[in-house]
Amino acid sequence: MKLMVNGKVHEVAATTLAELLAALDYEGDWLATAVNNDLVHKASRAEFQLNDGDRIEILSPMQGG
Amino acid sequence: MFDLLGTTLPSRLLLGTAQYPSPAILADAVRASGTSVVTVSLRREMAGGRAGEKFWSLIRSLGVRILPNTAGCHSVKEAVTTAQMAREVFGTPWIKLEVIGNHDTLQPDVFGLLEAARILCEDGFAVFPYTTDDLVVAERLLAAGCKVLMPWCAPIGSALGPVNIMALRSMRGHFPDVPLIVDAGLGRPSHAATVMEFGFDAVLLNTAVAKAADPVGMACAFGKAVEAGREAFSSGMLEPRDVAVPSTPTFGRAVFS
Repeated sequence: MKLMVNGKVHEVAATTLAELLAALDYEGDWLATAVNNDLVHKASRAEFQLNDGDRIEILSPMQGG
Repeated sequence: MFDLLGTTLPSRLLLGTAQYPSPAILADAVRASGTSVVTVSLRREMAGGRAGEKFWSLIRSLGVRILPNTAGCHSVKEAVTTAQMAREVFGTPWIKLEVIGNHDTLQPDVFGLLEAARILCEDGFAVFPYTTDDLVVAERLLAAGCKVLMPWCAPIGSALGPVNIMALRSMRGHFPDVPLIVDAGLGRPSHAATVMEFGFDAVLLNTAVAKAADPVGMACAFGKAVEAGREAFSSGMLEPRDVAVPSTPTFGRAVFS
């Protein structure tokens, strides 16, 4: 299915958020995820089912003022 | 020592972590400033997690408290979701809430800010709202559950210093028991000392240190200015007068004519 990940279109076989992170080589306890503008907790990623067209944000700590 | 929401902090300076020439200079500036709270953000991770990991490891090594922000958010939904994501990553309910309303001035959208603050306070966050010096907005933010307020003294990154002194002093006077942190617009250590002399509890700054020719030296200077301003406020300053008053005793002076 087609997903929008951090603003870029990805064609993936992953069906859950955890699978998507693994498929795109994301790793680390410092990542935060949201699907279609809502937070998806780390503990829920393995069960969270993705749908075609979902917009996923994967964020990590950065400098800030 | 400074009690902020039940946490005792050794410094009244809160420091941003953006725009430094290098991570090493950022780390040295944090140490030189004496700060115990730094602000951080969340941004899209484009390197599989490795970019965020480096920065996060550096910040953790400094042993300071984290105040995540919602910088760049222009809507209530963006700000609320970013705050929730920050709580998960950084493990703190503290959030510097920014809802920007104007692209040129980066002025807060106080209507959106209030709505987001209400949602987040109900959700258990300790909201540090980046707001204007408007007293009515401040009252509404407190009613929404905020326990601390962060008024700007000038637009973010402008280095103008306190442009509306009357409004800042008025805010201090109206909310004597609320922790007030001046956030944004400070350019020089003397600006920080000035608002601390007004009785503000702390200052939060970033650009003035990060973009200085010597960020580490400037961090040290700001740390001293904040401390000096607070001590001056606590020590009771002389009120200005329109007439001269001799400081040397006039009694007992010699007469030569």
